[in-house]
Amino acid sequence: MTSSAPAPSAPAPSGDPADSSFGPAGSDATDGGPLVVVLSGGLSHERDVSLRSGRRVAEALRSTGIEVIVHDVDADLLTFLRDTRPDVVWPLLHGASGEDGSVRDVLDMVGLPYVGTGPRASRVVWNKPISKAALLEAGLATPDYVTLPQSLFRDLGAQPVLDTIVRRLGLPLVVKPTEGGSALGVTVVARAGDLPRAMVECFAYGETALIEQAIDGVELAVSVIDGPDGPEALPAVEIVADGGYDYAARYVAGETEFFAPARLTAEQATLVSDAAIRAHQVLHLRHLSRTDMILDRSGTAHILEVNVAPGMTEMSLLPQAVAASGHDLAALYRTIIDMALAPVR
Amino acid sequence: MNELPETPGNRLDPWFGSYAARAHGMRASEIRALFAVANRPEVVSLAGGMPYLEGLPLDVIAETMQRLIATKGTTALQYGSGQGEEVLREHITQVVALEGVSAHPDDVVVTTGSQSALDLVTRIFVDPGDVVIAEAPSYVGALGVFRSYQADVVQVPLDADGLVPAELDATLTRLAAEGRRVKFLYTVPNFQNPAGVSLSAERRPQVLEICRRHGVLVVEDNPYGLLGFDGEPMPALRSYDTDGVLYLGSFSKTFAPGYRVGFVIAPHAVRDKLVLASESAVLSPSNASQLAVATYLDTCDWKAQIKDYRELYRERRDALVGALGEHLPSASWNVPKGGFFVWVRLPDGLDARAMLPRAVTARVAYVPGTAFYYDGSGSDHMRLSFCFPTPDRIREGVRRLAGVVNGESELVQIFGTSAQLDPDADDVEGPAPDLA
Repeated sequence: MTSSAPAPSAPAPSGDPADSSFGPAGSDATDGGPLVVVLSGGLSHERDVSLRSGRRVAEALRSTGIEVIVHDVDADLLTFLRDTRPDVVWPLLHGASGEDGSVRDVLDMVGLPYVGTGPRASRVVWNKPISKAALLEAGLATPDYVTLPQSLFRDLGAQPVLDTIVRRLGLPLVVKPTEGGSALGVTVVARAGDLPRAMVECFAYGETALIEQAIDGVELAVSVIDGPDGPEALPAVEIVADGGYDYAARYVAGETEFFAPARLTAEQATLVSDAAIRAHQVLHLRHLSRTDMILDRSGTAHILEVNVAPGMTEMSLLPQAVAASGHDLAALYRTIIDMALAPVR
Repeated sequence: MNELPETPGNRLDPWFGSYAARAHGMRASEIRALFAVANRPEVVSLAGGMPYLEGLPLDVIAETMQRLIATKGTTALQYGSGQGEEVLREHITQVVALEGVSAHPDDVVVTTGSQSALDLVTRIFVDPGDVVIAEAPSYVGALGVFRSYQADVVQVPLDADGLVPAELDATLTRLAAEGRRVKFLYTVPNFQNPAGVSLSAERRPQVLEICRRHGVLVVEDNPYGLLGFDGEPMPALRSYDTDGVLYLGSFSKTFAPGYRVGFVIAPHAVRDKLVLASESAVLSPSNASQLAVATYLDTCDWKAQIKDYRELYRERRDALVGALGEHLPSASWNVPKGGFFVWVRLPDGLDARAMLPRAVTARVAYVPGTAFYYDGSGSDHMRLSFCFPTPDRIREGVRRLAGVVNGESELVQIFGTSAQLDPDADDVEGPAPDLA
């Protein structure tokens, strides 16, 4: 793995239990191993993916001999956590409330350790324009973009605004909701005439659209895991999807060809690893993340988005990167659990 | 720069190149993934087709099941015949007699739900490229079967009186002129899924005459025929013509889908092939399920149960159409006289498929009309089911749906277009069977 120094300003992770009634039941509960609750499901558009991620992670963790309970997120969550008293929680919720920091806020409030980034940093990453601004400020490349709410098109009229966008950013463009994943509501627009339809599709998923320049190049995902000496990048995974990396291309086996490690020179591999580690650091991410990017012909890595709860399904990119690195997936997940359980430094 | 490494590509499916052509369409779409949310209690699902089983006398059924295993366990848990248990086939002849079908137990082949019957019928009749005629719109599960046998489905329009005979005749004439091989007409004549309409008494003999004239078999799928809210059941197509009609029936809607018991009533030559096809597919339908259904029919007042269901579903139908009138006057819909579904036409310019994510956000679900067309058209319609949610939940669901439609209407007005998604017609867009 490629490593780097620890983030200079790590976020405040979950600390001591604020509410002792949620505290771990102790080692006697699980014959010495930690009791892990995997949260998956939820009510977002990505519920199906989350359920699949949750099942896969639970299965891997159980193979290491620890007890895992998979639980949905519903009105009984706090009661469940109080009754179960897990040692650590792994939120594998994709989409709203899972990745926007809300559930992590709740876990902090009740003092339960959990895997992954804290709520404040999650909130920044969840909102693509805000995270892009943070990346730009740190000197990282991300496609040029505008962020516009539905109400603006209503107030100013759609066509003049769309014309201005095309003049400003050119074509092709990518239209996507500012929040959410799995390419839901995402359209690549090659012709200005297709932009209104793309906007309508995008706004079905959220109130605000991110419209950015489409970058031509190699599509890559670089996963980052915290290590003893700081965050380390796993081998980049290259994505080759003939019809675009849309929902079906992501979750229907066979639709997409993956190269892990990516077909990159050593210099390119270092470049994209460094970009992902830097993104992990400047966004104050913890334990694990995945950065999606395009490496263009000039050698610039354009970061598209960063994920605090990367997919963990059979089709997902982080597990492929782990396999390419030669690590055992279950052992790595166990290491991540141990990280979440470790006392705050 | 260094040389590029020789990394082999991976499609995460080592058998990707080995699948039969008929499996190429077997992939779930993002629409289907959205239905994963619909089963959560926070969401009012008007999407699924699950019957409301809480109305069943579960304590009585439990007792009869216990007695069945205690007294006939070695039979119930054993292999059975490919044709199905005779005791059940006798009961089936009595059930279908309510719709004017005169059948002998020998004419009946028991199947694993009527879905399996549909599969077997298609298996023995359809070669790749053969034409199957279906209604437009048509049951999504049937379209999936036809697709898996690589049929070319041609859909013929419905109106308020069901399949339009003139359109059927013109279509069959055109196909004959083109030299196409039409194998059968698939029709749901009563309280059709999804359109909710029934083939009128006047049209029934007309449709049969047209098919007879063109040499086309009729596959009559009738899961809802006994669930009419007004009057007596309509005579089945099979009651007019025993040689030209295969009758598919089911206990899934009138009793319980968990047993997976359906049946075909067929002319003897077809029956013999269906039995062999069934043995090839499943060896034999579940003996335990067959005997459970037979025991239920023998010991419980199943006619009274169906009457209770009619009342229950009528109340829910009323709740749905009432709420539509109150909250969604800009849409139009039919008022079904039975069955489970209302077919809603959206206000002009709206796309039900594109709107579904917004609906899921608002915690209400429906099935976009595109699921019921072989070519992916039908985006201006949605199917709303009233079978599972309570009347209060139905009204709340429609209230939420109205907000969704209003939001989408505003969006379409702003941009002057709907999303006009171009769905892959091969994608599976219907809900899974366990969706409420």
